[in-house]
Amino acid sequence: MADTFKEMIMHGIRRDVLLNLLKKGLRFDNRKFDELRPAELKKGVLDTAEGSALARLGRSQVLAAVKFDISVPYPDKPNEGTIVTGAEFLPTASPTFEPGPPDENAIELARVIDRGIRSAEIVDTKSLFIEEGKALSCYIDLYILDHGGNLIDTAGLAAMGALMDTKVPKVENGKIVRNEHIRSLNPKSKVIASSFAKTGDYWLVDPSLEEEVAADTSITITTTETHVCSMQKRHGSLTKSDLMDCIDLAFKKGDELRRLL
Amino acid sequence: MFEGEHMAGTTDKQLIIDGKRTDGRTIDEIRPLRIEVGVISSADGSALVEWGGNKVLCGVYGPRECIPKHEASPYGALIKCRYSMSPFASLSEHGRSGPNRRSLEISKVIREVFENLIIAENFPKTQINIFIDVLQADGGTRVASITAASAALASAGIPMRDVVSAIATGKVDGQMVVDLGKDEDNFGQSDMPIALSHRKKDILLLQMDGLLTKEEILKALDMAEKSCEKVHEVQVAAVRKIYESAALSEQKISL
Repeated sequence: MADTFKEMIMHGIRRDVLLNLLKKGLRFDNRKFDELRPAELKKGVLDTAEGSALARLGRSQVLAAVKFDISVPYPDKPNEGTIVTGAEFLPTASPTFEPGPPDENAIELARVIDRGIRSAEIVDTKSLFIEEGKALSCYIDLYILDHGGNLIDTAGLAAMGALMDTKVPKVENGKIVRNEHIRSLNPKSKVIASSFAKTGDYWLVDPSLEEEVAADTSITITTTETHVCSMQKRHGSLTKSDLMDCIDLAFKKGDELRRLL
Repeated sequence: MFEGEHMAGTTDKQLIIDGKRTDGRTIDEIRPLRIEVGVISSADGSALVEWGGNKVLCGVYGPRECIPKHEASPYGALIKCRYSMSPFASLSEHGRSGPNRRSLEISKVIREVFENLIIAENFPKTQINIFIDVLQADGGTRVASITAASAALASAGIPMRDVVSAIATGKVDGQMVVDLGKDEDNFGQSDMPIALSHRKKDILLLQMDGLLTKEEILKALDMAEKSCEKVHEVQVAAVRKIYESAALSEQKISL
């Protein structure tokens, strides 16, 4: 209880400091309100995974790895392979992350990314089918290595980078031949997550950790080149016109990150 | 045997031909080792070790408040260690994340290395966390982890009596070798990871499986001492680098 109280006071102070700055048109790191932090993407960083990428957005760093296994298709889609997306908030990455099974934040992050990838049908699950009762399952692991805020966008960039790097393994006699590949996965579109935070009347693109903890509202919008493919409002509230503005920005900022892929 | 689940000595493949190993190394040669310190901005100390095909990341936090509080010791900081292998770390199937029997044991032996070194009595009622993530495994991940943790602790400014370097030794095709690669680890006759403190050459970690004679063990220890010296040089250079650059360099991981 004492901790919650302390946390509430701290939140109020952080919010006041941020708001005073925003009123002057400034952010902690001197960015414009609609400016992304420096972004970087490096594909193919691991040899053991079928696809991998390391993404950086400001201080945040996320490693994504794609691996394939053989599994039984879901009963409602017996002729399709499966996608499994998981996120690990490693205690290595932040003084606030504890070891243990994924918490609600990790689960939310993985599911938002997963929905974007699924909705855009960037993995052709039908092509992962092998034979009756057998298909390839595609594991996308999102490893949070450093937490500097806006992990969803960083993880989304890493995931997309890893999928673009992915090679589908050869299957022989119902078994995966490790390290032999038949084709690239060739995602047909590029999915990017864009998050926004609102404090007072001000909307910020790509909130840093300091901005994130002081935000009243936060929302993530995932886009392809042409469509919105997933949305997730987290805490707080927003208006319809707020949302429309955010969607416009999501496409614009999404395109900036898509250029890195 | 230590790294994979294979039994020792179950391949017909010859691993040493004319004194050269499958990757062209001699028996006392270590794989390329790269250490970078200060790669995680959120951590008090951190290190990335790329050693052969191993990629190991270590983040250190503390001394900080001990949680749960009832564990706190009035005599000194609690050292906690978590070694964990990613599910994509090996060429074979997608593994399971989270602790297993193997990773819990390794976490324990690594913790016991650093309990000897960290001057814990300076920080009563606190904890120091050493988090280790194996992003890619290629034989010898526990020694790579210790090597990373030592550099990360030093970079965190945590007082230590000595620093530690570690190396895997073992027996392959009847010969004692250092720094076993994955195949040598899986199919060699014996392996013996060793961690040595730098100044006193105390053995801080020693594990072994397979069959070895006393002479072979002594040989391995001698070889380990020489190899640890090389590892130590790379560690020192990595830690020194962050103090030599005038501006605080950008903290990022480059794999």
